[in-house]
Amino acid sequence: MYEFDYRRPNTLDEALEALRTAPDGKLLAGGQTLLPTLKQRLANPSDLIDLAHIQDLKGISVEGDTLVIGAMTRHAEVATSPDVRARIPALAELAGDIGDRQVRNRGTIGGSIANNDPAADYPAACLGLNATITTDRREIGADDFFTDLFETALVEDEVVVAVRFPVPVRAAYMKFKNPASRYAIVGVFVAQNSDGVRVAVTGAGASGVFRVPEMEAALAADFATGAIEGIAVPQDDLNSDIHASAEYRAHLVGVMARRAVAACG
Amino acid sequence: MTVTVSMTVNGEVVSGEVEPRTLLVQFLRDQLRLTGTHIGCDTSQCGACVVHVDGVSVKSCTMLAVQAENAAITTIEGLADGERLHPMQEAFRENHGLQCGYCTPGMVMSAIDLVRDRPDITEDEIRKGIDGNLCRCTGYHNIVKSIKAGAQAMKG
Repeated sequence: MYEFDYRRPNTLDEALEALRTAPDGKLLAGGQTLLPTLKQRLANPSDLIDLAHIQDLKGISVEGDTLVIGAMTRHAEVATSPDVRARIPALAELAGDIGDRQVRNRGTIGGSIANNDPAADYPAACLGLNATITTDRREIGADDFFTDLFETALVEDEVVVAVRFPVPVRAAYMKFKNPASRYAIVGVFVAQNSDGVRVAVTGAGASGVFRVPEMEAALAADFATGAIEGIAVPQDDLNSDIHASAEYRAHLVGVMARRAVAACG
Repeated sequence: MTVTVSMTVNGEVVSGEVEPRTLLVQFLRDQLRLTGTHIGCDTSQCGACVVHVDGVSVKSCTMLAVQAENAAITTIEGLADGERLHPMQEAFRENHGLQCGYCTPGMVMSAIDLVRDRPDITEDEIRKGIDGNLCRCTGYHNIVKSIKAGAQAMKG
């Protein structure tokens, strides 16, 4: 690791101030991606600004038909929260299958979505459930938030405060994971929401998480596995790497989508 | 530039001077000389470095020492009561849950966190629960057996 200065703000305002004044500051959430990245010297920030002591960024609450999860809430907390399990069990299951147990005890939802790894799980849930990302200054819809590989709509000094998930009618997430890294080779989140059906795919897209409008339309008309049989996603826009070819990923999108629909019951 | 960190390790309050980039595992091993916590990889995958931070299992190679400020840490050295092994350590010994022993401290720390209040945990749940810990010699069979026995022993 290269050297850096460490800052420990107690409020969001202090964190924003630290971020503005540092020559090249980076926010430290759970650190489960950032620290391995620093260990490999793939990044060289001047300052790490640790968000762990800001109480306003933590916790899970229910506001009417919306589940609100603070940015610094750990995956293990989401996985075991009675509120999440009762309202969006698919989200609890997704959180409980991220990485391994030790990663889930440290990793956070805010860190995951701000990083926007193209094979991460939470982006699929955000897009599938039409979540809204609350930052220190605005609200960003999931459709606008995830812009490209490791890129989001967040500006340089913006901090994710919470993610707001509308409670769906039903939803499920199916992941075909890489057995070593446990990242999704393909993960599909299917949700029947009050305003329509969404199908969000992670792990496969060359530009990160994406929706499949043809499947959404078919499922809106008939929410059954048969409705999406034969709907293929174009291979041109999919990743091809040592883990899986674009052709294989395209196949897996169909399989995982049908399994997710079946799991919705 | 160094900073001072203070934390409780195995029941004792300790402090030290570290660079911000010092990992918790480096602080434990190099400064406190608690070398039971191992480093088996450089990629956060192997789990040989698992310790408990405020009661939950964490990879100490993927946490900075400064992030553990004021936290309560338990390492493998903090489990036994004098000469009497922790029930999970005893279960690993009884069931031959180790060969070379390199992964064992991390396995035991992960196992204790996994089975806490779950004496009847199933083999499937154990196998899934330790997927953050790699062992390159036993093939896991006896590790799973050990954890199952340890879970029962911890009940009493």
